[in-house]
Amino acid sequence: MIHVTRRAEFSASHVYHNPKLSPEENRRIFGKCNNPHGHGHNYTLEVTVAGSINPTTGMVVDLKELKTILEREVLQLMDHKFLNQEVPAFATKIPTTENIAVEIWHLLAPKLSFGRLHRIRLYETPDLYVDYYGE
Amino acid sequence: MVYLTRRYRFCASHRLHNEALSDDANLRIYGKCDSAFGHGHNYALEVTVEGPIDQETGMVFDLVALDDVVEEEVLERFDHTNLNLDVENFRSRVPTTENVCAEIFNLLQDKVDGGGPLHAARLARVRLEETNSNSFEYEGEPSVRNRN
Repeated sequence: MIHVTRRAEFSASHVYHNPKLSPEENRRIFGKCNNPHGHGHNYTLEVTVAGSINPTTGMVVDLKELKTILEREVLQLMDHKFLNQEVPAFATKIPTTENIAVEIWHLLAPKLSFGRLHRIRLYETPDLYVDYYGE
Repeated sequence: MVYLTRRYRFCASHRLHNEALSDDANLRIYGKCDSAFGHGHNYALEVTVEGPIDQETGMVFDLVALDDVVEEEVLERFDHTNLNLDVENFRSRVPTTENVCAEIFNLLQDKVDGGGPLHAARLARVRLEETNSNSFEYEGEPSVRNRN
Protein backbone atom coordinates (compact mmCIF):
# COMPACT_ATOMS: atom_id res chain seq x y z
CA MET A 1 0.00 0.00 0.00
CA ILE A 2 1.36 3.38 -1.03
CA HIS A 3 0.11 6.78 0.09
CA VAL A 4 0.22 9.60 -2.43
CA THR A 5 -0.33 13.20 -1.31
CA ARG A 6 -1.22 16.14 -3.49
CA ARG A 7 -1.21 19.71 -2.23
CA ALA A 8 -3.46 22.56 -3.34
CA GLU A 9 -3.98 26.08 -2.05
CA PHE A 10 -7.02 28.27 -1.82
CA SER A 11 -7.83 31.59 -0.21
CA ALA A 12 -11.13 32.23 1.49
CA SER A 13 -12.80 34.23 4.21
CA HIS A 14 -15.08 33.12 7.01
CA VAL A 15 -16.70 34.18 10.25
CA TYR A 16 -17.34 31.99 13.29
CA HIS A 17 -20.82 32.70 14.55
CA ASN A 18 -23.62 30.49 15.84
CA PRO A 19 -26.98 32.33 15.57
CA LYS A 20 -28.40 30.08 18.30
CA LEU A 21 -26.04 31.66 20.82
CA SER A 22 -26.15 35.19 22.22
CA PRO A 23 -23.73 37.84 20.88
CA GLU A 24 -21.85 37.67 24.20
CA GLU A 25 -21.50 33.88 24.01
CA ASN A 26 -20.36 34.07 20.40
CA ARG A 27 -17.68 36.59 21.35
CA ARG A 28 -16.62 34.51 24.33
CA ILE A 29 -16.33 31.25 22.37
CA PHE A 30 -15.00 32.51 19.06
CA GLY A 31 -13.07 35.64 20.11
CA LYS A 32 -11.73 37.68 17.21
CA CYS A 33 -12.96 35.01 14.75
CA ASN A 34 -16.49 36.31 15.53
CA ASN A 35 -15.84 39.63 13.73
CA PRO A 36 -19.08 39.89 11.66
CA HIS A 37 -17.27 41.14 8.56
CA GLY A 38 -15.20 37.98 8.43
CA HIS A 39 -11.50 37.49 7.94
CA GLY A 40 -9.45 35.35 5.59
CA HIS A 41 -6.73 32.75 5.27
CA ASN A 42 -4.54 31.13 2.67
CA TYR A 43 -5.51 27.50 3.18
CA THR A 44 -3.24 24.66 2.17
CA LEU A 45 -5.00 21.41 1.45
CA GLU A 46 -3.24 18.05 1.36
CA VAL A 47 -5.18 15.14 -0.07
CA THR A 48 -3.75 11.67 0.57
CA VAL A 49 -4.90 8.69 -1.47
CA ALA A 50 -3.98 5.12 -0.54
CA GLY A 51 -3.65 2.38 -3.11
CA SER A 52 -1.42 -0.20 -4.69
CA ILE A 53 0.92 0.46 -7.57
CA ASN A 54 -0.55 -0.33 -10.95
CA PRO A 55 2.02 -2.67 -12.56
CA THR A 56 1.42 -1.22 -16.03
CA THR A 57 1.81 2.45 -15.18
CA GLY A 58 3.89 2.26 -12.00
CA MET A 59 1.44 4.73 -10.46
CA VAL A 60 -1.06 4.64 -7.61
CA VAL A 61 -3.18 7.51 -8.86
CA ASP A 62 -3.44 9.55 -11.99
CA LEU A 63 -2.16 12.84 -10.55
CA LYS A 64 -3.53 14.81 -13.45
CA GLU A 65 -7.00 13.42 -12.79
CA LEU A 66 -6.64 14.04 -9.04
CA LYS A 67 -5.70 17.65 -9.78
CA THR A 68 -8.75 18.01 -12.04
CA ILE A 69 -11.04 16.57 -9.34
CA LEU A 70 -9.54 18.86 -6.68
CA GLU A 71 -9.96 21.87 -8.94
CA ARG A 72 -13.56 20.98 -9.81
CA GLU A 73 -14.86 19.78 -6.43
CA VAL A 74 -12.98 21.99 -3.99
CA LEU A 75 -11.18 24.97 -5.48
CA GLN A 76 -14.00 26.15 -7.73
CA LEU A 77 -16.32 25.94 -4.74
CA MET A 78 -14.12 27.55 -2.08
CA ASP A 79 -11.28 29.56 -3.64
CA HIS A 80 -11.74 33.32 -3.25
CA LYS A 81 -15.10 32.83 -1.56
CA PHE A 82 -16.70 33.95 1.67
CA LEU A 83 -17.37 30.44 2.94
CA ASN A 84 -20.39 31.30 5.14
CA GLN A 85 -22.18 33.13 2.32
CA GLU A 86 -21.11 31.32 -0.81
CA VAL A 87 -20.67 27.64 0.06
CA PRO A 88 -24.03 25.94 0.65
CA ALA A 89 -22.68 23.48 3.24
CA PHE A 90 -21.72 26.42 5.48
CA ALA A 91 -25.05 28.22 5.35
CA THR A 92 -25.97 26.37 8.54
CA LYS A 93 -22.65 24.92 9.68
CA ILE A 94 -19.80 27.06 11.02
CA PRO A 95 -16.84 26.93 8.59
CA THR A 96 -14.25 26.03 11.20
CA THR A 97 -11.17 24.32 9.83
CA GLU A 98 -12.51 21.10 11.37
CA ASN A 99 -15.79 21.37 9.48
CA ILE A 100 -14.10 22.41 6.23
CA ALA A 101 -11.80 19.35 6.37
CA VAL A 102 -14.76 17.02 6.89
CA GLU A 103 -16.70 18.74 4.09
CA ILE A 104 -13.78 18.36 1.69
CA TRP A 105 -13.62 14.65 2.56
CA HIS A 106 -17.30 14.26 1.65
CA LEU A 107 -16.84 16.21 -1.58
CA LEU A 108 -13.87 14.13 -2.72
CA ALA A 109 -14.43 10.59 -1.43
CA PRO A 110 -17.22 9.68 -3.89
CA LYS A 111 -15.41 11.22 -6.85
CA LEU A 112 -12.18 9.23 -6.77
CA SER A 113 -12.07 6.52 -9.41
CA PHE A 114 -8.74 5.19 -8.12
CA GLY A 115 -7.33 4.22 -4.74
CA ARG A 116 -9.05 5.13 -1.49
CA LEU A 117 -9.17 8.52 0.14
CA HIS A 118 -6.96 8.16 3.22
CA ARG A 119 -6.59 11.60 4.75
CA ILE A 120 -7.57 15.21 4.36
CA ARG A 121 -5.09 17.59 5.96
CA LEU A 122 -6.08 21.25 5.92
CA TYR A 123 -3.75 24.02 7.06
CA GLU A 124 -5.47 27.22 8.10
CA THR A 125 -2.07 28.79 8.83
CA PRO A 126 1.40 27.21 8.87
CA ASP A 127 0.90 26.71 12.63
CA LEU A 128 -2.54 25.13 12.60
CA TYR A 129 -3.87 22.15 10.72
CA VAL A 130 -6.63 19.56 10.95
CA ASP A 131 -6.52 15.90 9.87
CA TYR A 132 -9.57 13.83 9.00
CA TYR A 133 -9.49 10.14 8.14
CA GLY A 134 -13.21 9.58 7.59
CA GLU A 135 -15.34 7.58 9.98
CA MET B 1 -13.04 11.94 14.83
CA VAL B 2 -10.89 14.90 13.79
CA TYR B 3 -7.23 15.55 14.59
CA LEU B 4 -6.29 19.17 15.28
CA THR B 5 -2.62 20.13 15.30
CA ARG B 6 -1.15 23.37 16.57
CA ARG B 7 2.48 24.39 16.22
CA TYR B 8 4.59 26.20 18.82
CA ARG B 9 8.22 27.14 19.20
CA PHE B 10 10.68 27.33 22.05
CA CYS B 11 14.43 27.79 22.37
CA ALA B 12 16.52 25.91 24.88
CA SER B 13 19.93 24.48 25.51
CA HIS B 14 20.90 21.03 26.67
CA ARG B 15 23.79 18.69 27.14
CA LEU B 16 23.51 14.97 26.43
CA HIS B 17 25.50 13.39 29.20
CA ASN B 18 24.77 10.48 31.52
CA GLU B 19 26.55 10.72 34.88
CA ALA B 20 26.31 6.95 35.26
CA LEU B 21 28.62 6.45 32.29
CA SER B 22 32.33 7.14 31.91
CA ASP B 23 33.55 10.22 30.07
CA ASP B 24 34.72 8.00 27.23
CA ALA B 25 31.37 6.28 26.98
CA ASN B 26 29.53 9.63 27.01
CA LEU B 27 31.74 10.94 24.24
CA ARG B 28 31.29 7.78 22.19
CA ILE B 29 27.49 7.75 22.59
CA TYR B 30 26.65 11.44 22.41
CA GLY B 31 29.55 12.84 20.37
CA LYS B 32 29.51 16.64 20.11
CA CYS B 33 26.19 16.74 22.01
CA ASP B 34 28.24 15.81 25.10
CA SER B 35 30.17 19.10 24.93
CA ALA B 36 30.50 20.23 28.55
CA PHE B 37 28.93 23.66 28.19
CA GLY B 38 25.88 22.47 26.31
CA HIS B 39 24.41 23.79 23.10
CA GLY B 40 21.00 25.01 21.96
CA HIS B 41 18.20 24.50 19.49
CA ASN B 42 15.11 26.23 18.17
CA TYR B 43 12.55 23.54 18.88
CA ALA B 44 9.25 23.38 17.01
CA LEU B 45 6.49 21.60 18.88
CA GLU B 46 3.35 20.17 17.30
CA VAL B 47 0.51 19.20 19.62
CA THR B 48 -2.26 17.05 18.13
CA VAL B 49 -5.63 16.78 19.84
CA GLU B 50 -8.27 14.33 18.63
CA GLY B 51 -11.97 14.45 19.26
CA PRO B 52 -15.45 14.72 17.76
CA ILE B 53 -16.64 18.03 16.33
CA ASP B 54 -19.06 19.84 18.64
CA GLN B 55 -22.08 20.71 16.45
CA GLU B 56 -22.77 23.93 18.30
CA THR B 57 -19.33 25.49 17.86
CA GLY B 58 -17.88 23.45 14.98
CA MET B 59 -14.78 22.93 17.07
CA VAL B 60 -12.80 20.01 18.49
CA PHE B 61 -10.92 22.03 21.08
CA ASP B 62 -10.82 25.71 22.01
CA LEU B 63 -7.53 26.93 20.54
CA VAL B 64 -7.16 29.69 23.10
CA ALA B 65 -7.50 27.09 25.86
CA LEU B 66 -4.95 24.86 24.12
CA ASP B 67 -2.55 27.79 23.76
CA ASP B 68 -2.96 28.57 27.46
CA VAL B 69 -2.23 24.96 28.49
CA VAL B 70 0.83 24.70 26.26
CA GLU B 71 2.06 28.11 27.38
CA GLU B 72 1.68 27.24 31.04
CA GLU B 73 2.85 23.62 31.01
CA VAL B 74 5.54 23.69 28.33
CA LEU B 75 6.67 27.08 27.08
CA GLU B 76 6.98 28.78 30.45
CA ARG B 77 8.86 25.74 31.74
CA PHE B 78 11.17 25.14 28.77
CA ASP B 79 11.57 28.32 26.72
CA HIS B 80 14.93 30.06 27.09
CA THR B 81 16.14 27.57 29.68
CA ASN B 82 19.01 25.18 30.09
CA LEU B 83 16.99 21.95 30.15
CA ASN B 84 19.52 20.06 32.27
CA LEU B 85 19.75 22.74 34.94
CA ASP B 86 16.44 24.58 34.87
CA VAL B 87 13.87 21.82 34.35
CA GLU B 88 13.29 19.61 37.36
CA ASN B 89 12.60 16.43 35.38
CA PHE B 90 15.91 16.57 33.54
CA ARG B 91 18.17 16.85 36.56
CA SER B 92 18.32 13.04 36.59
CA ARG B 93 17.29 12.23 33.03
CA VAL B 94 19.18 13.08 29.85
CA PRO B 95 17.22 15.75 27.93
CA THR B 96 17.40 14.02 24.58
CA THR B 97 14.64 15.17 22.28
CA GLU B 98 13.06 11.72 22.78
CA ASN B 99 12.81 12.35 26.53
CA VAL B 100 11.70 15.96 26.06
CA CYS B 101 8.99 14.83 23.64
CA ALA B 102 7.64 12.19 26.06
CA GLU B 103 7.86 14.63 28.97
CA ILE B 104 5.80 17.19 27.07
CA PHE B 105 3.18 14.53 26.30
CA ASN B 106 2.97 13.63 29.98
CA LEU B 107 2.72 17.28 31.02
CA LEU B 108 -0.13 17.96 28.62
CA GLN B 109 -2.13 14.74 28.76
CA ASP B 110 -4.10 15.40 31.94
CA LYS B 111 -4.88 18.96 30.85
CA VAL B 112 -6.16 17.95 27.42
CA ASP B 113 -7.88 14.59 27.95
CA GLY B 114 -11.57 15.06 28.62
CA GLY B 115 -11.41 18.69 27.44
CA GLY B 116 -12.98 20.42 24.45
CA PRO B 117 -16.60 21.53 24.11
CA LEU B 118 -17.88 17.93 24.41
CA HIS B 119 -15.38 16.90 27.09
CA ALA B 120 -14.36 14.10 24.75
CA ALA B 121 -11.04 15.34 23.38
CA ARG B 122 -7.81 13.44 23.86
CA LEU B 123 -4.14 14.23 23.42
CA ALA B 124 -3.22 12.16 20.37
CA ARG B 125 0.39 13.03 19.64
CA VAL B 126 3.29 15.28 20.47
CA ARG B 127 5.79 15.87 17.70
CA LEU B 128 8.99 17.72 18.49
CA GLU B 129 11.43 19.03 15.88
CA GLU B 130 14.92 19.55 17.24
CA THR B 131 16.24 20.84 13.92
CA ASN B 132 14.83 20.91 10.41
CA SER B 133 16.27 17.43 9.95
CA ASN B 134 15.32 15.68 13.21
CA SER B 135 11.85 15.17 14.62
CA PHE B 136 10.40 12.85 17.26
CA GLU B 137 6.84 11.73 17.88
CA TYR B 138 5.18 10.26 20.94
CA GLU B 139 1.61 9.05 21.22
CA GLY B 140 1.66 7.82 24.81
CA GLU B 141 1.67 4.23 26.03
CA PRO B 142 0.19 1.99 24.89
CA SER B 143 -0.65 3.32 21.47
CA VAL B 144 -4.18 2.36 20.54
CA ARG B 145 -4.12 4.33 17.33
CA ASN B 146 -5.03 2.51 14.16
CA ARG B 147 -5.43 4.88 11.28
CA ASN B 148 -5.15 2.37 8.50
